[in-house]
Amino acid sequence: MEVFAYQGLIGLSSAMYLWLISAGLTIIFGVLGVLNFAHGSLFMLGAYLGYTLYGLVGVPFGLAVLGSMATVAVVGAGVERGLLRPLYGLDPSYQLLLTFGLVLFVDDLAKLIWGGVFRIPPIPEWLQGSVTLFSRPYPIYNLFLIAVGLSVGVGLWWLFDRTWWGRAVRATASDREMAAALGIRTPTVFSSVFMLGSALAALGGALSTPVRPVAPGIGAAMIVQAFIITVIGGLGNLRGAFAGSLLVGVLSSYGTLWFPEFELFFIFAIMAAVLLVRPQGLFAR
Amino acid sequence: MNDLARRWATAGLLLALVLLPTVASRYVTYLVIHILLLALNAVGFNLLFGQTGLLSFGQAGFYAVGAYTCARILLAWPSLLPGVLGGTVAAALAALLLGFLSVRHTRIYFAMLTLAFGMMIFSLAWKWRAVTGGDDGLVGIPRAPLQLFGLVVALPTVERYYYVVLVAAVLAVALMHRVVHSPLGLALRAVRDSEVRAEHVGLNVRRLRLVAFTVAGAYAGLAGSLLPPLENTVTPPIAHWTASAEPVLATLLGGIRHFAGPLVGAFVLVVAKDVIVRFTVHWSLVLGAVVVALVLGFRGGLAGALEALTLRGARVRPVSAAAGEEGR
Repeated sequence: MEVFAYQGLIGLSSAMYLWLISAGLTIIFGVLGVLNFAHGSLFMLGAYLGYTLYGLVGVPFGLAVLGSMATVAVVGAGVERGLLRPLYGLDPSYQLLLTFGLVLFVDDLAKLIWGGVFRIPPIPEWLQGSVTLFSRPYPIYNLFLIAVGLSVGVGLWWLFDRTWWGRAVRATASDREMAAALGIRTPTVFSSVFMLGSALAALGGALSTPVRPVAPGIGAAMIVQAFIITVIGGLGNLRGAFAGSLLVGVLSSYGTLWFPEFELFFIFAIMAAVLLVRPQGLFAR
Repeated sequence: MNDLARRWATAGLLLALVLLPTVASRYVTYLVIHILLLALNAVGFNLLFGQTGLLSFGQAGFYAVGAYTCARILLAWPSLLPGVLGGTVAAALAALLLGFLSVRHTRIYFAMLTLAFGMMIFSLAWKWRAVTGGDDGLVGIPRAPLQLFGLVVALPTVERYYYVVLVAAVLAVALMHRVVHSPLGLALRAVRDSEVRAEHVGLNVRRLRLVAFTVAGAYAGLAGSLLPPLENTVTPPIAHWTASAEPVLATLLGGIRHFAGPLVGAFVLVVAKDVIVRFTVHWSLVLGAVVVALVLGFRGGLAGALEALTLRGARVRPVSAAAGEEGR
């Protein structure tokens, strides 16, 4: 029983990476209608930048994370304005193809710039150590991750539900033309949403640097997981993305422990089943 | 290009392909086999994407079904024809089954569903050790002799095997040409251009999509089942979703609105990769930039660009401007 609870807690902390990347992916889809294949690459870029600032340059961890988020947000704005904007109104397949091209480009660019084998920088001092939970040591860093993930959740709820900007975004998402007619600058809304999503992906990436190795392949691995989660939660559904992240994070934590052979298969089977039976997502209201 | 010129060009290309092993090095022959395999896969994929308007990210799954089935057959019964036919039929059956489920959706949901199915096949290839050999894959697959009407042709060299692949590819591409120019091809394009109108003239939209999906799966399976006799091994990465992008990219590069587009694209993709990796390991960087440029500027692909060039100053055909601009 204690193993069960402990393994669940481990899953909970890895669910937070998934949540941070899926949140951005699903927001961007919900508002722009773009399914961003390159979102995993933004996560990877955030991880590399966080690693460079914190592990190589020696910037304090918190600042390194913020710096990585800001940089990736700017990259995201560039992608949205320069590359995606000309494709709105065309068959959505072209947006998928373009962002797929970006995956190839960005992943290889990371190889070109950072290349080589990576050390994992030490966990910042104030987050080192562990507490005893269910008679096992549980890293404080994981508790920190859970706290960040939950705060992001609350923050996003506040942003979308309680601010003028959030209302503008929701108006744009439900009817682009009507929102524009009401005086909302929908192009600005699009860019800011894409920046927010990119920053969230970078946050997840930068937070992963002290515990997970960064490599060019993580972008492709993360995006597939994020696709699964956003599909399970319902494309464009933020609440669903949160629930989906918890579900996938915790299930794969048990999966790797008890049935490692078929974990991957079952997760994709769940994704396919949701698409077939409830394409609006398990958590749609 | 008028009809006569097109016929001459096709005949010239075929002649060049037939003579190739007599003049080219073994490496070039090997490379052309890979072009033919990718071309087969891409031609099938374009029936789905260019003709029917469905973007699949799971073609690598059917390619792998073909490759693994052919490998298992050849390991048990070293005869080429049963292996290749078995692989193709298995892939077509898998596509029929998964297509039956997938064609309920279109666009992004369809792409996601095919991605999920493709990755389910990948995880089977990776983990189902008893059948697929797990992450080691299957090794020691013989390039079994071709047995036909009591005739036994041994295939010890790459050059001889090249002719098997060439014959299969030419037959399959010619068949696809017939399909695209048949009433079925017209019906598929009608579905692509407007689902609602297609339904109103009495077409069974879902069944047509399923036909396109199954044929595309069979072509991917044929390409896949021609691979193990060449390489003597099969490994799981051929099933991964990133491998599904290859036929997609070849088709996009060549041009989705032209029959020859996927063929041209497969040629350019394989040759460009071979040339570029001699100078830099960063092939994906170049490929990614090319994809972005194609999507932004040349949705008609190389064939579309060529047509635009040759038509400039000549008669103006309004249809050519429509390449890739459906905007459904």
